[in-house]
Amino acid sequence: MSEPLLKIDHVSKRFTRDLGLIQRGLARLTGGRGVETVHALTDVNLSVQRGEVLGIVGESGCGKSTLGRIASGIYAATEGSVTLDGQPVAQERGGRTQKLTTKVQMIHQDPFASLNPRMKVGETIGEGPRLNHLAKAPEVRARTRELLEQVGLEATYVDRYPHQFSGGQRQRIAIARALAMNPEVLVLDEAVASLDVSIQAQVLNVFTDLRRDLGLTALFISHDLSVVRHVCDRVAIMYLGRVVELADASVLYDKPLHPYTEALFASVPTLGTGRARFNPIKGEIPSPLNPPSGCAFHPRCPLAGPRCRAEVPRLRGTTVGRDVACHLHDGGTGVEAA
Amino acid sequence: MIPALEVRGLTTRFATRKGYVTAVNNVSFSVAPGRIMGLVGESGSGKSVTAFSIMGLIDAPGEISAGSVRIEGEDMRQMTPEAQRKMRGRRVSMVFQDPMMTLNPVLRVGDQMAMAVQVHDRVSKKAAWERARDALDIVGIPAPTERLQAYPHQLSGGMRQRVAIATALLHRPAVILADEPTTALDVSIQGQILAEVRRLADDTGTAIVWVTHDLAVVSSLADDICVMYAGCIVERGTADQVINHPCHPYTHGLIQSVPSLHEPGRKLPQIPGSTPQLSQLPSGCAFRNRCAHATDLCRTDPPDAARGERRVLCHHPLEEEA
Repeated sequence: MSEPLLKIDHVSKRFTRDLGLIQRGLARLTGGRGVETVHALTDVNLSVQRGEVLGIVGESGCGKSTLGRIASGIYAATEGSVTLDGQPVAQERGGRTQKLTTKVQMIHQDPFASLNPRMKVGETIGEGPRLNHLAKAPEVRARTRELLEQVGLEATYVDRYPHQFSGGQRQRIAIARALAMNPEVLVLDEAVASLDVSIQAQVLNVFTDLRRDLGLTALFISHDLSVVRHVCDRVAIMYLGRVVELADASVLYDKPLHPYTEALFASVPTLGTGRARFNPIKGEIPSPLNPPSGCAFHPRCPLAGPRCRAEVPRLRGTTVGRDVACHLHDGGTGVEAA
Repeated sequence: MIPALEVRGLTTRFATRKGYVTAVNNVSFSVAPGRIMGLVGESGSGKSVTAFSIMGLIDAPGEISAGSVRIEGEDMRQMTPEAQRKMRGRRVSMVFQDPMMTLNPVLRVGDQMAMAVQVHDRVSKKAAWERARDALDIVGIPAPTERLQAYPHQLSGGMRQRVAIATALLHRPAVILADEPTTALDVSIQGQILAEVRRLADDTGTAIVWVTHDLAVVSSLADDICVMYAGCIVERGTADQVINHPCHPYTHGLIQSVPSLHEPGRKLPQIPGSTPQLSQLPSGCAFRNRCAHATDLCRTDPPDAARGERRVLCHHPLEEEA
């Protein structure tokens, strides 16, 4: 296998917050620490090949958006590194995160919040290339028009403002803005989640076309399993800051192995299969402030044994094209322990 | 059997500077006790306004200009405002999308639920708390007695939505209207709530109107489905009929846009264009600009077709496949 384009290597991200005065006092009395730590990501290893679309799936609070932001250099990792073609994408300097590349571009969930309402669409799309001196002004204008057509809008829209567009059209503008930087990797964070089904299909088709024409590499972050199946080659399932299963999309959707993945798939209502017998996961996602010991999923897992409570399962290969972090799937020892 | 909810010719319009905009246009449907009706549509289709109109919660500049809303045979629209108020929360209640907006952040869960009990029934505070506890128990909240002491911010999103559903249940209403109640929740929590709601309808005989944009949710939860477009119900039928054998070109297009029905990586069949503004609806059929089957007839005459219980608002409905 060739060297991956984007490499996320042993990345952990913790956010800390100072406690309030009273809590700090309590912490001192009980011998605790004066800060609160959220373990957003713990030891995440992922690599994306050129031309590949990797799906990141998980529920709220699993760290998928944090991962997207670290991959695009908006946050720096607390531990580990993210490299694009061997070069780091961000560094921490003087307490601030410095983005080192423009080759990873992000597309956000809400196109109503991500476009500046006071800037014309043409200015928004051209701003990146202009500020980074990627091209001269006349070239930028020409490129802007070309990009608008590429995402299925009209070139004459450059002089309009965002409020003149619908949600689906705005999301296309956001895609055009990202493409203006000639990125090597796109990070799409719930990019179609806020759109209606019929509009979502239009935007997904734009993405499919762009992928075919430009050979895009992308991280596709979503909670929607059917959308992920449609656009992704490989899929990583996340739970409470860790990747619990990583496999080719076809392999994963054929038969999920991790109990969480299995339960997640079982919870999703599907179209056209008639009245469902719901068999939901019990309980709720634990707080990343205070994650459970051992396997983070063990309090909700119907198959958990003593080993699951004590030891954190490592993500390891089982069959070709699939990694699972579960004691049940590392040679059967977990089953005996249960 | 008298339907729990019967809506006939409901029309709601809003006064704007450019004249009236009709957000709900001649909507009719009925829901029998214990049945779940899925009201599906994209943003701006009028599905939420329909639910608000049924509750009588339309304020100026909006007005319900025609139609009737019967709860177990009694017409809400013929009642005095005072009588309507007595119906709301007791015979018909509503669950909203965002439970953080509907629960009072400065009151304990038990206090606000007990208040909802005492508004309609003259019972002691103790009895009201007991009713609240029982309601929490029904919606599957573990340790309900302790949860009554909690403030809303101490509960997770899924728990808050269960509290909202439990509050709606306090008076054992004939009808519950739920407006996108699981849209803000994670799939695993949504699965839990859908399971509870299905059980609730089956066990208590409450009729439920489930307003959503999510076709997959209604297809697995609802008994019947109404599809709304530009303020009209364009197709109505059982869940199986509407999802597996859609007759209206819009319903068909909507279902075909769902990625899970197609081979991965292929282009999805898409409905061209976007939902029209209600103030600028095309003449004739509101969907004709985006429809592959549209003819001259669609431009001139608004469709009006009813085929028994199955209603399809289209001049050229697709044939029902076997």
